[in-house]
Amino acid sequence: MAGHESGDLRLAGISKQFEAFTAVHPLDLTVPAGSFFALLGPSGCGKTTTLRMVAGLEEPTGGRILIGDKDITDTRAYQRNVNTVFQSYALFPHMSVVDNVSFGLKRRGDKNADRKAKEALELVQLGEVARKRPSQLSGGMQQRVALARAIVNRPDVLLLDEPLGALDLKLRRQMQIELKRIQSEVGLTFIHVTHDQEEAMTMADTIAVMNSGRVEQLGDPATLYEHPRSTFVANFLGQSNLLRATVDRGEGNGVVEVTSHGHRLEVRRDHVPAGVRDIWLGVRPEKLRLGDSGGPNRLSGQVTDVSFTGVATQYLVRMPWGRELVVVQQNDGSGRARAGETVTISWAAEHGFALDASQDADAGAQLEDDHG
Amino acid sequence: MRWIRKHLLAFAALAVLVYMLVPNVVVALFSFNKPSGRYNYEWTKFSTDAWQHPCGTPGICDSLGLSLKIGITASVVATILGTMVAFALGRHRFRGRASTNLLIFMPMATPEVVMGSSLLTLFVMMGVPSGSGAILIAHIMFCLSFVVVAVKARVAALDPRLEEAAADLGATPVQTFLRVTLPLTAPGIAAGALLAFSLSFDDYIITNFNASPSSITFPMYVWGASTRGTPVQINVIGTIMFLVALVVVIGGQLLGSRRQRAAA
Ligand SMILES: Nc1ncnc2c1ncn2[C@@H]1O[C@H](COP(=O)(O)OP(=O)(O)OP(=O)(O)O)[C@@H](O)[C@H]1O
Ligand SMILES: [Mg+2]
Repeated sequence: MAGHESGDLRLAGISKQFEAFTAVHPLDLTVPAGSFFALLGPSGCGKTTTLRMVAGLEEPTGGRILIGDKDITDTRAYQRNVNTVFQSYALFPHMSVVDNVSFGLKRRGDKNADRKAKEALELVQLGEVARKRPSQLSGGMQQRVALARAIVNRPDVLLLDEPLGALDLKLRRQMQIELKRIQSEVGLTFIHVTHDQEEAMTMADTIAVMNSGRVEQLGDPATLYEHPRSTFVANFLGQSNLLRATVDRGEGNGVVEVTSHGHRLEVRRDHVPAGVRDIWLGVRPEKLRLGDSGGPNRLSGQVTDVSFTGVATQYLVRMPWGRELVVVQQNDGSGRARAGETVTISWAAEHGFALDASQDADAGAQLEDDHG
Repeated sequence: MRWIRKHLLAFAALAVLVYMLVPNVVVALFSFNKPSGRYNYEWTKFSTDAWQHPCGTPGICDSLGLSLKIGITASVVATILGTMVAFALGRHRFRGRASTNLLIFMPMATPEVVMGSSLLTLFVMMGVPSGSGAILIAHIMFCLSFVVVAVKARVAALDPRLEEAAADLGATPVQTFLRVTLPLTAPGIAAGALLAFSLSFDDYIITNFNASPSSITFPMYVWGASTRGTPVQINVIGTIMFLVALVVVIGGQLLGSRRQRAAA
């Protein structure tokens, strides 16, 4: 996409320092107008700080912020056509729900403020509580009010700081779909902050994975999942099995041969970064097969744990060198195994990816989902 | 027995209420008395004379007028200044903030006699004449502390995210202050103003130090009168003050609960 389209949001070398602590390292990012962009990362990695700089609530230590060709770095928050859904909602407690929602429109002198506010509340299924105070609503309802209050202004860029964090799973799914719909209908640019990788992957066109103040990788969900460029991304976005391996010289038709713990394995050539010898060979759990049917890459180990999850079964298979691999099998009648059994697992060359071995294999492999 | 135990709390509350209200009831009752001598301490005969002529005793309404004037001026000035001080202390980190906090607290902790006499010394030294001007300055000074304390509690409890949200939604700093900051701190400001008024209205000690013969406030009048005799009008004005206070408090409560209900 052309980088200078009218409404693109561009962060050019933006950074933020709190005294000696650097919350955001110089960051370059272009968010195309009308796209759904997700900022994904563990707690404390600088997501909120980045959003606050875009909103004008935090002054960047360095760099510029542009919307289209307009440099907004030096404008104040109220002068920017950017709205935020705050992580803590920040609803005005002394106003009714509908007054909260119409607040922004009224500041701009919109004559249909009340009607639009009611419509926005209908959109988030809160039409019947318009006259209540925010304190009389549940956490999830408050979150939806905060959403309505921001969306109703049709800003150039809408910043959402974990806007679905307080919702239960069902409502969360519903709101995800609703958000997607609103976004494509009104064509706003959404920047959605989350530490829920599933949410980011289902909703976003583009995901930026952040780690301690830096963007580790940027791309569409499928690319990020299939071709992570760091162990952090490989572990943070879904699960990964990482095997220590060295690249051998011998290479066949489009594949590179590697040796891992004495086993010869192969990976597609374009899945290996150029010029590295020591690698982590990564395979996603669902790409592994129990038995020989998966492909030419074979390892055997002992099943230590079996957990049935309905559509699939997850196995832990201990390798002779101690590491446990995770294997996820669809429950489609294919090979099963019991705990204690010795099994062969196999996969195809195109399902592996290689990462530079100088990184920590467990980076980003923290708690899967740490909010209730 | 069970019934008593169940309603013990209600009884206790009632007893406290009676204990607090009895003095007011007695004052109100004796405003309908027609004492035989100069002192209104013994029930003699029912009469509404005093209610018909509340200013019937020389000087009483002048002193009431002066007290109201000083009370209103002092509370308005102290509320404006105190609110600004409270915001400065609650919002900004500046050098000398801790010592300012301490200084603000001083007038509340200093015994009134000490403050009254030292103020008199100061005024004499600076050539400020005793009288209503000196009284007003003194009242503003001690009311200020109470306003600051009342408002500062509200400012501290105010979530800074709310003002950020207002700015984010396009409100200019002035609009943010008027529509978000002020309404949310208003209960503290109102409490400070009421407190300031009642403190100023009934202050005797500090006022007495700095008064002149032409600036007799209501408390001074009552005290002076009690050595000469106690006109029934004192009870009338006392009762009216009590009723006004009652109306203000109940009105405030009603306003609060009506808002709640409107929201429900
Ligand atoms: N005002 C501040 N002063 C000092 N440090 C701050 C300030 N605001 C944020 N930080 C620090 O900056 C880092 C990034 O914070 P930020 O709020 O952006 O994290 P986050 O990615 O939004 O995390 P979470 O998912 O928990 O919301 C944190 O380590 C935090 O302690
Ligand atoms: Mg955050």
